[in-house]
Amino acid sequence: MAPVMDGDLIRQDAATLSAALASGEVTSQEITQACLDRISQVDDEVHAFLYVDTDAAMATARDIDSRRAAGQELGPLAGIPLALKDVLTMRGVPTTCGSRILEGWRPPYDSTIVEKLRAADVVVLGKTNMDEFAMGSSTEHSGYGPTRNPWDLERIPGGSGGGSAAALAAFEAPLAIGTDTGGSIRQPASVTGTVGVKPTYGAVSRYGLVALASSLDQAGPCARTVMDAAMLHEVMAGYDPRDSTSINAPVPDVVAAARNADVRGMRIGLVRELGGEGYQAGVREQFDNAVRVLTDLGAEVVEVSCPHFDYALGAYYLILPSEASSNLARFDGMRYGLRAGDDGSASVEEVMARTREEGFGAEVKRRIMLGTYALSSGYYDAYYGQAQKVRTLISRDFAEAFDQVDVLISPTTPTTAFKIGEKVDDPLAMYLNDIATIPVNLAGNCAMSVPIGLASEDGLPVGLQIMAPAQGDDRLYRVGAALEQALLDKRGHALIEEVPSL
Amino acid sequence: MCSWSKGSKPCCKDEVMANITREQVQHLAHLARLELTEEETEHYAGQLSAIVDAVERVSEVAADDIPPTSHPVPMTNVFREDVARPGLNRADVEAGAPSWEDDRFRVPRILGEE
Repeated sequence: MAPVMDGDLIRQDAATLSAALASGEVTSQEITQACLDRISQVDDEVHAFLYVDTDAAMATARDIDSRRAAGQELGPLAGIPLALKDVLTMRGVPTTCGSRILEGWRPPYDSTIVEKLRAADVVVLGKTNMDEFAMGSSTEHSGYGPTRNPWDLERIPGGSGGGSAAALAAFEAPLAIGTDTGGSIRQPASVTGTVGVKPTYGAVSRYGLVALASSLDQAGPCARTVMDAAMLHEVMAGYDPRDSTSINAPVPDVVAAARNADVRGMRIGLVRELGGEGYQAGVREQFDNAVRVLTDLGAEVVEVSCPHFDYALGAYYLILPSEASSNLARFDGMRYGLRAGDDGSASVEEVMARTREEGFGAEVKRRIMLGTYALSSGYYDAYYGQAQKVRTLISRDFAEAFDQVDVLISPTTPTTAFKIGEKVDDPLAMYLNDIATIPVNLAGNCAMSVPIGLASEDGLPVGLQIMAPAQGDDRLYRVGAALEQALLDKRGHALIEEVPSL
Repeated sequence: MCSWSKGSKPCCKDEVMANITREQVQHLAHLARLELTEEETEHYAGQLSAIVDAVERVSEVAADDIPPTSHPVPMTNVFREDVARPGLNRADVEAGAPSWEDDRFRVPRILGEE
């Protein structure tokens, strides 16, 4: 029988590894060891990981191999390594959320996602770096130092899930998990030439996901191919009674949709408000090229207007800080994490204030104060109340658009990866990175970023965003896989193959 | 012109900022239990003013008759089955506590001097 794999183990996608594991061509221990070796070789430079769980990962791989050898029926992702964003709890494994306030904390319970990964026999390699409590678009706001973009180590890998995206692009892991509150899966995917999906709100359980903004947060799959993302999506998603916002309905068949990869007869809407002015020329160029590809594949592409998207950024930066300031009140130094200034005479309030001052970074403090301001009496109606109304109008824009088309598309980000340090103390410039990704979080529907090419002016990856209605996640995979395949046929190789060697 | 100002209103950087004073920042920090330094207070006063100015654009939308959305999936009264399930392991919780005494979290004094 011909071997399934061709080339280096670490460069294989999860679907290929799955077939090679099933045929006995490779073991989970070999794959896991290869990833761990790669992490030791390159992660000093990339800094994708905050914690590498070497022994546990190898023990899991060993156990899976022996069960496979004994003839046990295993799932498609059994034995495949994965990098987990450090905002998801995993019993006994440090979970910091990129914050000094949780340094050294080991959660006493598993998140539902981790339970599902364990049940699917996925091998968790470790925890990935992120902007503190997922607040940021560059991973520079991590309390443990920035992650670097494998395409150019002087540049940001996006954020907040820059660690998960960089781990994929640096070939440290074939799969990763991120969370997306305003673009934290899609924007890092876009700037690292990888695939990232924000599923429909409520599709993936938030139990054990440390909350940033509860009405916006959603975890999702990150991978190097659309099919790999679909396979992980299938494992992560599903109803969970421990999350009161979990959707009690079957998960759309995303794997079948990725396999189908056919856009003939589909209606695709270009969002007029997400493009043009403010978008880098090379981004627009790649996007226009991808639109032509979709048309050539038999899709009908039309322009659609979503007029209230222009107000999405403003609404988001009122709603998010408001929810975050409440959610982060739990970090008070009393039950877990850091406690500072407890000298025996200081009051509980003084100790809380000292702890939070020492434990939180600048962006977290900014957003907590902004949220406190927006929720304070006298401002509530004008800010938070009005933002909630804008949220309704954005949902209506989506509903009207999806009456006309099956999916909407836009560039995922206005620019390619910027230089580390460029925007770190300029919050307004930083927030603009998420201008195209935020509307989906506000409305609660789903979206994917898929790599489409390199911008001509800087040679850095560009992503295309596909947006579908709530519970229409399968459409993302159908369009994403079609586009990926067509671009691969044209180029002759996957875009990710062009990452410079580290 | 920055993308914050695609509508009618000029950008935060082009006009007088909403004025969040140092005193207001100190008040907000107190409400949020953040013990800021002088330098931080100064820095945040400028930044918060700029951010509030930018997000204030939401007020341009006439939305009197629009219902607010607090949550993308409207669900109410979501109950679970009324069955007992195990709580957290006490030893694990103790291990994660910043201070622990007599099987409880030890906390600083919670009452004032007077």
